[in-house]
Amino acid sequence: MIRRALALAVLATVVTAAAAQARDQIRIVGSSTVFPFTTRVAEEFGRTTNFKTPVVESTGTGGGFKLFCEGAGVDTPDIANASRGVKKSEVETCAKNGVTEITEIKIGFDGIVLANSLASPQLNINLQQLFLALAKDVPDGKGGLVANPNKMWSDVDKSLPAKKIEVLGPPPTSGTRDAFAELAMEGGCNRIPELAALKKTDEAKHKAVCQGIREDGAFIEAGENDVLIVRKLEANKDAFGIFGYSFLDQNRDKIQSSLIDGIDDDYDNISSGKYPISRSLFIYVKKAHIGVVPGIKEFLSEYTSDKAWGPEGYLADKGLIALPDAERAKWRAQALALPNNVGM
Amino acid sequence: MNSETGHAAAVPAAVPRAADRVAASLKRRYAAERRFRACGLAAVCFAVFCLGVLLFTVFRTAIPAFTQTMIELEVTLYPQEIDPAGTRTADAISTADYQKLIRDALDDLFPDISDRRQRRELMALLSPGATYTLRDTVMADPGLIGRRITVRVPFADDVDQFAKGRFDAAADAASRPLSDKQIEWFQRLEQRGLVHHDFNTTLFTAGDSRSPELAGIWGALVGTFWTMLVTMAISFPLAIGAAVYLEEFAPKNRWTALIEVNINNLAAVPSIVFGLLGLAVFLNVFGLPRSAPLVGGLVLALMTLPIIIIASRAALKAVPPSIREAALGVGASKVQTVFHHVVPLAMPGMLTGAILGMAHALGETAPLLMIGMVAFIVDIPGSPLSAATVMPVQIYLWSDSPERAFVERSAAAIVILLGFLVVMNLVAVVLRRRFERKW
Repeated sequence: MIRRALALAVLATVVTAAAAQARDQIRIVGSSTVFPFTTRVAEEFGRTTNFKTPVVESTGTGGGFKLFCEGAGVDTPDIANASRGVKKSEVETCAKNGVTEITEIKIGFDGIVLANSLASPQLNINLQQLFLALAKDVPDGKGGLVANPNKMWSDVDKSLPAKKIEVLGPPPTSGTRDAFAELAMEGGCNRIPELAALKKTDEAKHKAVCQGIREDGAFIEAGENDVLIVRKLEANKDAFGIFGYSFLDQNRDKIQSSLIDGIDDDYDNISSGKYPISRSLFIYVKKAHIGVVPGIKEFLSEYTSDKAWGPEGYLADKGLIALPDAERAKWRAQALALPNNVGM
Repeated sequence: MNSETGHAAAVPAAVPRAADRVAASLKRRYAAERRFRACGLAAVCFAVFCLGVLLFTVFRTAIPAFTQTMIELEVTLYPQEIDPAGTRTADAISTADYQKLIRDALDDLFPDISDRRQRRELMALLSPGATYTLRDTVMADPGLIGRRITVRVPFADDVDQFAKGRFDAAADAASRPLSDKQIEWFQRLEQRGLVHHDFNTTLFTAGDSRSPELAGIWGALVGTFWTMLVTMAISFPLAIGAAVYLEEFAPKNRWTALIEVNINNLAAVPSIVFGLLGLAVFLNVFGLPRSAPLVGGLVLALMTLPIIIIASRAALKAVPPSIREAALGVGASKVQTVFHHVVPLAMPGMLTGAILGMAHALGETAPLLMIGMVAFIVDIPGSPLSAATVMPVQIYLWSDSPERAFVERSAAAIVILLGFLVVMNLVAVVLRRRFERKW
């Protein structure tokens, strides 16, 4: 029995070694935020062309780049999804492992919303108030910092409701959390002059203070599963949740988003950049695989076609906020020409 | 007698007789037993209640997933649209614009709608799968070209959810996914008898999809099959071999004691550690492909090995020494004793252990994340080397999707997975009942 098992294992290894040489299926890794969009394109691509449907893994942006930058061989992924721009350190890792030619393609925007149950009144909050409600440390008014004393929304500002601050959000491993800390928290922080001034004198401290989210129970880490946050908001009328626009879009009969700086997270407002907490989504293509793995160019062409990423395309139905016309034209040109546009 | 009156006097008389003491404590002891029984019963009832609530919610959520709202469309397959050159080659037929044919068929039902924007809204009632269904129908029988045929195609997930009463038509228009117009059109279709609530066969025959109405578990089931096949083929023989050697042949010394401790420890290692090992060894050193059931099976085999070894050793231990002694006594060699007498008697126990180990592996997602099996895969895996995912991963991916219709589909997938687990555990119980020998 053991001998048979060993023989089987050896045989399997030999077969795989042969299979690993050629690959006829595009492989994509990366962000769980971009995942619903890339998978939609992959499915359409698989069904309407003679190529195989690409395999898309949801590994998180950082995890995706780690795999993407492992090397230039065909056993590494062809495309990385990212809910942020590639970091300098990641480009360096890539270059060290022989991945020197990468094309960046911006595919659209994603808004991050602060939402609550429809049974409660809509909140109208500005970024500074949001920072004061959720920051770990806030200015004490005497030039120093004090652990956030605000228990109720009304402690932050009289115009806000007299309800306990209770916000459900993603854990630090999530790209949504990174973007929220960077865009919302730091954005609000920089409106407080004494904290904004810190950026010039002590950048590390500025980042720690501005992006620090309180850990005393007012901000509850609700896990990576945004569906779960939506369910909890239904059950708890006073709580707020932080998640991506597509989850709001699918659940508008149960939850509503708050106005941020008086601006609604309307599609047009996110698309034009008026809505303050929106980020860009990207895909990164490994040029060394073009022509080696079949279908990459055709896949990119499908991704950047108007019927996919246009304002009325099928990705918009899934909650992607389309780029303005001029930008779409620019990035489509890049997707077709594949220049080496990631700075070394 | 009153015990308070002088302890110096009549000591034996102050102590009640044994029978009286027993009689006096009897009530208390009965009460203690009743309390204990009540506690036990309450604990069991609570567990049953929790399980009942869990199963009830899962089943209640899952039931709508087994039907799908379909529309009956009459489509005219104009030859000049599908295959203008008249070549009838598979290539020409597959690339035709079937979406236009579907759109025309739908527009025929609503001749009063001429506005382009409204027509788009009308088309949004249908699933993108409508186009695929029509293409598959024509590809299967090119002779249909030029005829007028009736096809049943799925509605979009939002319409399906509306038909199942998941949201209220009276609610504010901005808060629901369908516009007033779309609801009105749907109701008109219903009045004409073109709306059908069919059994959702797609759920059982398709691979994954981003459109809930086109998503199915067949891909994940096949992936699970390949993964479990590899797990079984590797872990069962290895575990039985290890158990037989350790129990019957190995000398009892410090080394075997060390191995035994390690096996018991391995059974308690968090499963993601096996995933990390799989990534480091099978993918990086041996260069096996990512997302392949072969690698998943190997990782899960490692994970289930200690479980099967421990169960098999327990089964071997349960075989009474008299069997071995009798075999040796009539002149059998050690190997003959073990393989002719001990192993066959221990087999039911070993198989039970193996099945329980498999059931354990069937529910794992954590180790598979590391080796790339947590992925969106549409194609049905054809071999243990093609990219695949497994049932629990499919449930995880669906439950994390924003579309509301995936909620009921995840529940349906959970029901199916539970079904498999129940069957496996039943087989284990039956094996034990039928073949296990009591001594």
